[in-house]
Amino acid sequence: METRELIKALSADARRSRISMRAAWSSAVLAAVALAAAIFFALLGARPDIADAAQTFRFLFKFGVTVALAASAFGLANILSRPEADVRRSLPRIAIAPALLAAGVIAELAVTPPDTWSARLVGTNSLVCLTFIPLIGIGPLALLLLALRHGAPSHPGLAGAVSGLTAGGLAATFYAAHCTDDSPLFVATWYTIAIAILTLLGALGATRIARW
Amino acid sequence: MDDSDLARLFRTALAGDERAYGDFLQAAAELVRGWARRRTAFGGLDPEDIVQETLLAIHVKRHTWRTDGPVAPWLYAIAKHKLVDALRRLGRQPRVDISDLEGQLAVEEAESVRDWEIDRALKTLTPGQRSVVTAISVEGRTIAEAARSLDMNETAVRVALHRGLAAIARRFGRD
Repeated sequence: METRELIKALSADARRSRISMRAAWSSAVLAAVALAAAIFFALLGARPDIADAAQTFRFLFKFGVTVALAASAFGLANILSRPEADVRRSLPRIAIAPALLAAGVIAELAVTPPDTWSARLVGTNSLVCLTFIPLIGIGPLALLLLALRHGAPSHPGLAGAVSGLTAGGLAATFYAAHCTDDSPLFVATWYTIAIAILTLLGALGATRIARW
Repeated sequence: MDDSDLARLFRTALAGDERAYGDFLQAAAELVRGWARRRTAFGGLDPEDIVQETLLAIHVKRHTWRTDGPVAPWLYAIAKHKLVDALRRLGRQPRVDISDLEGQLAVEEAESVRDWEIDRALKTLTPGQRSVVTAISVEGRTIAEAARSLDMNETAVRVALHRGLAAIARRFGRD
């Protein structure tokens, strides 16, 4: 088939409009939030003392970090789903949540006595955290990867990893409402590992399904 | 034609204008051809295969273009993605000592028509899809003419064309 013949076939197929990337991403994220909420309330639910906890800075700080991660990673996933995405210019925004968390860790180390650090880091919920953040996030990750597949990422693995960070941030936001370990030391350790699992799954999944 | 003309043409095409889309793809093919020729000069790749694979990718991924942005960066990013893909496939193929084949190659090139990568993908379609795609591309029929000659209704022809092209885009270069 000559190129001009191919062009005839392609132009005859012009009328079929396709779902825009904006629509694909916004429906994916809405469905992802709904799914994460459904799994969270079915399996865990908020901690009983949430009204009191909401008065404390440490509890609220967890949401600052997880929401910042979910939002910045989601924005980046949007960018990376287009072929011409400028990776070097858009990637630094992903550092917002880690920088915030690092500041939280430094502040925690400054205001608490060293002999309480290990207890704060280990906490009482590390296994629950490692189990439920991936469990809440895996369904949302699948939805985000479908939107990514609809796009045309030049770096599918990276775009998938960033989708995993989005799902991880989302899952951690819900999980944070359940968990009674509020120290930034706990968050920096266990949340990070749990979110890394979803990040890895996102990268592996995307290299398989988002190739084009 | 500068980028803003190309963008205007592409926007009209995306609204469903077949003629504008054909003109846009023609212009895109010329840009990619020049680009690919410079990059395949010393490889075992045919630049026209890259052009065709890029056009198919443009088609199935045309919704990823920002309609308020320039066309060229998007277009060349797709072409680059497809060129890298083709080079990777080439690297996986077993290498043959060219000196053994030299005499044979000279004869074959003079006699046979070019071996199109796209025709290999075309062969993998269902018979129905293949006859629709061939009628509209190689035979140059319109949707209505193809529907009459194949004894199908126009919607069925459009669906077969759409699915056939998507399948070719998926299988291009992957036997």
